[in-house]
Amino acid sequence: MTSEERLVHMANQIATNLATDAAPVTAVADHIQTFWDPRMKRMIFAHGSDGLSPVAAAAIRLLADAQNGG
Amino acid sequence: MTYQPQKNFGTPESRSDEAVSLTIDGREVTVPAGTSVMRAAAEQGTSIPKLCATDSVKSYGSCRLCLVEIDGRRGTPASCATPVEPGMVVRTQTPQLAKLRKGVMELYISDHPLDCLTCAANGDCELQDQAGAVGLRDVRYDVQATHLGQDKDHSNPYFDFDPSKCIACSRCIRACDEVQGTLALTMEGRGWDSKISAGFASDNFMGSECVSCGACVQACPTATLVEKKVVEVGTPERSVVTTCAYCGVGCTFRAEMRGEQLVRMVPCKDGKANRGHSCVKGRFAWGYAQHQERILKPMIRKSISDPWREVEWDEAFAYTASELKRISEKYGRNALGGITSSRCTNEETFLVQKLVRAGFGNNNVDTCARVCHSPTGYGLKTTFGTSAGTQDFDSVEDSDVILIIGANPTDGHPVFASRMKRRLRGQDGRPGAKLIVIDPRRTDIVRSPHIEAQHHLPLRPGTNVAVLTAMAHVIVTEGLANEAFVRERCDWDEYSHWAEFVSQARNSPENLQPVTLIDAEELRAAARLYATGGNGAIYYGLGVTEHSQGSSTVMAIANLAMATGNIGRRGVGVNPLRGQNNVQGACDMGSFPHELAGYRHISDNKARSLFENDWGVTLDPEPGLRIPNMLDAAVDGVFKALYCQGEDILQSDPNTAHVSAGLAAMECVIVHDLFLNETANYAHIFLPGSTFLEKNGTFTNAERRIQPVRKVMTPMNGLEDWEVTQKLAQAMGLNWNYSHPSEIMDEIARLTPTFAGVSFVRLDEAGSLQWPVTADAPDGSPIMHIDGFVRGKGKFVVTDYVPTDEKTGPRFPLLLTTGRILSQYNVGAQTRRTENVAWHPEDLLEIHPVDAEDRGVKSGDWVKLASRAGETTLRATVTDRVAPGVVYTTFHHAVTQANVVTTDFSDWATNCPEYKVTAVQISASNGPTEWQEEYEALSTRSRRVETGIAAE
Repeated sequence: MTSEERLVHMANQIATNLATDAAPVTAVADHIQTFWDPRMKRMIFAHGSDGLSPVAAAAIRLLADAQNGG
Repeated sequence: MTYQPQKNFGTPESRSDEAVSLTIDGREVTVPAGTSVMRAAAEQGTSIPKLCATDSVKSYGSCRLCLVEIDGRRGTPASCATPVEPGMVVRTQTPQLAKLRKGVMELYISDHPLDCLTCAANGDCELQDQAGAVGLRDVRYDVQATHLGQDKDHSNPYFDFDPSKCIACSRCIRACDEVQGTLALTMEGRGWDSKISAGFASDNFMGSECVSCGACVQACPTATLVEKKVVEVGTPERSVVTTCAYCGVGCTFRAEMRGEQLVRMVPCKDGKANRGHSCVKGRFAWGYAQHQERILKPMIRKSISDPWREVEWDEAFAYTASELKRISEKYGRNALGGITSSRCTNEETFLVQKLVRAGFGNNNVDTCARVCHSPTGYGLKTTFGTSAGTQDFDSVEDSDVILIIGANPTDGHPVFASRMKRRLRGQDGRPGAKLIVIDPRRTDIVRSPHIEAQHHLPLRPGTNVAVLTAMAHVIVTEGLANEAFVRERCDWDEYSHWAEFVSQARNSPENLQPVTLIDAEELRAAARLYATGGNGAIYYGLGVTEHSQGSSTVMAIANLAMATGNIGRRGVGVNPLRGQNNVQGACDMGSFPHELAGYRHISDNKARSLFENDWGVTLDPEPGLRIPNMLDAAVDGVFKALYCQGEDILQSDPNTAHVSAGLAAMECVIVHDLFLNETANYAHIFLPGSTFLEKNGTFTNAERRIQPVRKVMTPMNGLEDWEVTQKLAQAMGLNWNYSHPSEIMDEIARLTPTFAGVSFVRLDEAGSLQWPVTADAPDGSPIMHIDGFVRGKGKFVVTDYVPTDEKTGPRFPLLLTTGRILSQYNVGAQTRRTENVAWHPEDLLEIHPVDAEDRGVKSGDWVKLASRAGETTLRATVTDRVAPGVVYTTFHHAVTQANVVTTDFSDWATNCPEYKVTAVQISASNGPTEWQEEYEALSTRSRRVETGIAAE
């Protein structure tokens, strides 16, 4: 597994486990924001939505938009 | 201080609240009801002669030496077996008593060798002391039939058994029964033929069920059971109280010394974690500290293909600093990182993370707790508000139901297991606690002498969440939840959401049975017992955390405890059994890349600025890399330098091939350790470490107990570990000037609210302190969440079962789970360098008879263990301790390297590796795998040290 593939796997795993949260997209975004280092975040932002579950992809978009927006 | 044996009160302490006053030898004394006359006398400083009594076990009344006279009573009762009564008037020294005692001693001595001058216990022998105390001057008997001249049993590597010196007091038998709970010893024969036996007459100690905990040696009043080291070097002359460096129980020991030579480690009766008990590791397995393979001089090399070159400390620090600076300038500051160790002290750990954050300029610091209890951190912080067990060890005495999940305490946490077993057996008419064990293996505690689990749920590895959710289903749908507790202490809406989820039919035990393989009725009965059996306490270990749903399992456990009201008082709680000595401490000290000491996120401006102001630097507000992320980044070519203190990631982390690829991709790997461990095969700089005997500091055990570690000898390598980190920091230009670890603790206390009241002075006064130690709780906090949760309201989290991505299939049809064994510790770097190898010389693969037969495997056969990650060989042992479809091994031996086989799947929340579930296949083998052969060659090549050639 390459690092990028691993990040996709991790993001999907987080999304699956937070699926029962009241607001899963926000919960996944918060989790990644809290625990991933900046390079990992940059890599997943750059990756696009390929292979990501809808919740994971939405969360990463949310996070990327928040960072880009300052 | 000069040597003083620990005070022996003769009989155990009474816990009664009722006070009783009596008069002993004309002096009044007040003691708790239930105290023996012997103990009452000892408490006022009167020593009544005794032989068969010792305060670790109940009174026995056999030696007849402790006789006293009591006004109004006929005869001369044994003071050990006579409870105090109000107004009692006792005399311990009268002419009649003297005569009786002398007669008794004369009989004892008539059957005891008179070789005191050459005896190992000379000067430290209760029989000798008592002969002196009663004034015995002559033995009139000319006895023909004695039990002298018998063969000694030298079979145990740490202590000898000399039956000729035995006075048949049975203290050893009772210590084995009552303190350790193994019941390995018995008395054979009668009269002159009476003999302590470790099982059958044909058994020696080594061949018996004895677990070498040392309780019998401790209890023996003569030299019958004596440490080989005492035989070799003589009795100690001074002692220093310190803390064991093995597991998370954190036993208090007296290091008993002759000069700078350690004679023996003796468990301390005042130790609040161990209460005078020990195990084979802490008591005996400290020989690694002086092992010839210890590296005592720093070493460096340009490339890992070069031999090592010994250098002086100054050169080592200068070279290390220059390499780190070079890499930082070339690749950027984020190319550097560090790993702290749960084996090191709080102060050392704090300094390593400070070096990374303040010196390297990033947050790339992680700890080996990443690979064990990081899910505990996440799970308990989310649900309760803080990352720690809720109880002290004493709490188990008030438990009515003990639920053990994913832990094997008799092997991993043996001293606490003995206390747990004592509660499970029941005592003094009080029935034992009930036991539920959730574990794929039939661990020893499931069925052991006088203990039988009410329910053993041998689940399929990887289905913890499903089992716990099914238990929650039973508790909620059968109306067994403690809703009053939940309404008062927890968020009711979150509870309702959770209760609705677990109540769904898909979460019933019946529906989940095909997944968990647990009989639904058995699971229902276990859930009912936990919810309704009184005080319910949950103890868990790495069988919970080291899964892809490790954090979910921790939260599922917390949910169960909250739903049943089993939080916030003695006897209940959620108790992570920490693997290594300072896992709790390493986590507390801010070793995780996302949080500062005291579990405050690095992005928390208020917390971060506290550190920035104290340290005079600006800290990066973004979390850093965790260990697996560091290895990925290294393989990607952006992470280039690692300072690794006291941790052997190559052997202990999963998917060895990936770890070695990561390490090989780095330009500067600094290993700071006692030995050239496996990680050092890939290191460029080796900084020799010091043992726990050679340094000052503190460890924090599984019950949040901060305990002093005291230096008893000069570091053989010249520096304590905190000094090594400080000198490296100074070489990098940091202005650090600690002169003692107490100053580091002062800084920790200054910056960490839960440690606010901790200092070395306070620790010396109190012996130990359980955090939080604050203005509100200056003496610490044995039980947490008493009046409410740290986070305010307890939080219920829905934990939906998600199957692991590690699947069995035709190629890999079996599930491998890994664990540890009593005599070895972690990667074995310490215990493999002791006589403990006598018990466990190699890792074995446990396999069920059906699976073994299918593959033609017999016990003792070499087998190849293969997974999608790699393969290794080891020998098989066929046993029904494991269920069909499950195999098990330990990871203590570098030769086996069980982690060649484990994968890099990990916990969804924390990246804690999924050690406990690997799909594997077993096949016959006739030799080491290619990996093992290549690795052995690499190790040999990598461990070469350049030998200086003398100039002509």
